[in-house]
Amino acid sequence: MLKQKTNHQGSFAAVIAIAVLLGLIVLLENLSDLIPGLPAIFAPTSQLFTVLKKGAVYSLLAVSMNLLNGFTGLFSLGQAGFMLLGAYTYAILTVPMAAKDQVYYLYGGSAVKFSLMDLFQGIFGNAGFGGGVSLILAVLVGLILAGLVAALFAALIGMPVLRLKSDYLAIATLGFAEILRAIFQWQTLGPITNGANMIKNFPTFSDFNIKNASGEVVLRLSTFVPFLVSIVCITLIVLLIHSSYGRAFKAIRDDEVAAEAMGISLFKHKMLSFVISSFFAGVGGGLFAMYVANAQAKAFTSTMTYEILLIVVIGGIGSISGSVIGTFLYVACSEWWLRFLDRETYIGSFKVPLLRSGFRMVVFSVVIMIIVLFFSKGIMGEKELSWKGIGGLLQKLKRKKPAPAAEKED
Amino acid sequence: MGENMVLRMENVTMQFGGVVAVNNLSLDVPEGQIVALIGPNGAGKTTAFNCITGVYQPTNGRVEFLGEPMVCSHPTGKMKKNYLGSDGEKFAKERIVNPTPDHVVELGIARTFQNIRLWKSMTVFENVLVAKHMRAKQNVFSAIFRTNAKEEARMREETMALLREQGLDQYKDEIATSLPYGLQRRLEIARALATDPKLLLLDEPAAGMNPQETQELAEYIKEIRDKHHLTVFLIEHHMDLVMRISDYIYVIDFGSEIARGVPKEVQQNKRVIEAYLGVAEDA
Repeated sequence: MLKQKTNHQGSFAAVIAIAVLLGLIVLLENLSDLIPGLPAIFAPTSQLFTVLKKGAVYSLLAVSMNLLNGFTGLFSLGQAGFMLLGAYTYAILTVPMAAKDQVYYLYGGSAVKFSLMDLFQGIFGNAGFGGGVSLILAVLVGLILAGLVAALFAALIGMPVLRLKSDYLAIATLGFAEILRAIFQWQTLGPITNGANMIKNFPTFSDFNIKNASGEVVLRLSTFVPFLVSIVCITLIVLLIHSSYGRAFKAIRDDEVAAEAMGISLFKHKMLSFVISSFFAGVGGGLFAMYVANAQAKAFTSTMTYEILLIVVIGGIGSISGSVIGTFLYVACSEWWLRFLDRETYIGSFKVPLLRSGFRMVVFSVVIMIIVLFFSKGIMGEKELSWKGIGGLLQKLKRKKPAPAAEKED
Repeated sequence: MGENMVLRMENVTMQFGGVVAVNNLSLDVPEGQIVALIGPNGAGKTTAFNCITGVYQPTNGRVEFLGEPMVCSHPTGKMKKNYLGSDGEKFAKERIVNPTPDHVVELGIARTFQNIRLWKSMTVFENVLVAKHMRAKQNVFSAIFRTNAKEEARMREETMALLREQGLDQYKDEIATSLPYGLQRRLEIARALATDPKLLLLDEPAAGMNPQETQELAEYIKEIRDKHHLTVFLIEHHMDLVMRISDYIYVIDFGSEIARGVPKEVQQNKRVIEAYLGVAEDA
């Protein structure tokens, strides 16, 4: 009984923390409108918000990959494939009817004579509050369907593929993702997928900014939305991992033979983990399409899978909070902090050597190699971030006297 | 026989390529008894276990559990021609039944391993808790949305009770593999008990134990049999342990049965002594 009480307190604290975080995000995004004259970093178009949006999307993708690779021990590289399915499902189903002819102009309009946007706008109207409700519902239903389509394909592909072990599974899923990418660029499917061209004009994050009658933005929510979706999804994954099924997944990861000998059906549980992970990869794919404001098969290469795998490794295989921390560090470095390496810089008349377009990726690769070689367990290892852990860390730092590094790396 | 047979192996043969690891093994395990399968190294004891638990599909033969056929097989395809065992035609007309290991556990057979296989990232408590997963009434959705809270609470309570009974409760939050060897063995048995078995298969439970520990183990096995109304079928090397606790003993060598009987009979059996000590070939 005592245990359950503390459990409740824990989840209560978590809910408060999430609410505070979401509040802070909204505040941060609207700060430049409230207080004029702030540094450029607070402007809605600054790299800070790019990082926050992309970070929120990638967090979900990393956590969903971690569920499969880190918690169930299935080394799958199909992430980009399931993202692609999610992104296309979302895009195809939410492009408004009015925009379809323009988007599919090469194919003389879309073969999908249906749009979630029009469906809900037909019920709730397309202006004011009703418009907001239809937008929310269209996006919500679109994202859920994106997840379901990815999950369905995972179930189909999982039947033959999940019998394979380790490397073979990775090869099979990687191949699956590549095949999907090729199929979605196929001209014959053009009326549905728009061939090799991008699908656009579907609702994106910036559509969630609330505007007044004259079209001015009164409340910015474009960063809040990806955070909200991502947090809800990650919470579901965390709940799963801490449930009886999550423990069964870990048992399979630790020792398959023992798991099977304790009555855990390998096929059923591997399938479950694969399908759930793919569901959230599909949702993440939909979010990704919203983030980049288009859906194009070309974008979902195996490089994208590796990028997410890298985040999982950096954060710590088997740690949810590690994945989230890893994502934001990775995205911030690649999109923001290391940008200066791409710019030609002069100090006085002296041109700093090496700094030129593309150098960022060189440095980035070296950093990644160092992490993989010397901190192979990632930032968090298999541990999770907790209040107790932070308290302990702070005390350690205090004892050791000032040390600026806030992350612990081992 | 008047007694109820929990497990019955009929003409079980396991052939790997040209090697017959288990040859025409038939045995009965009556309810509530402790039956042992002994034999020198490489005699095929663990293979026989694996044929029961669904790890291997035997080449030929049938295994019945509680009167129901659980495993049934006969040589097919290429093996038909290459079959080296006996009674290859006996089950030819019967349907092949080849359960997965988890299905065997669900039917009520739990096992331990010769080389302990605990889940190394989990605590003692979690190791036992996971074994409760199979019989829990829940699905993924009820587990995610916590509508199975009652079931989860029951699992935790039963796990705690089991740990207390096995004297492991003070270690419950320790990582399972950090326990001393003897306790790890005990934990593995506790984990097997958590699946609510009717038959417990122990694969060399006394391996690596000193005489004192072995003696304790003997008492322990009898104790859990009585407490959980179990039937025990064990593989063992330690003659000490086997002779002390077994009601009936089967001896195999090179995959085939060479003797059977109560401990006293087996102890004096000439072939058993030969198998264990070897024969002077050029006397």
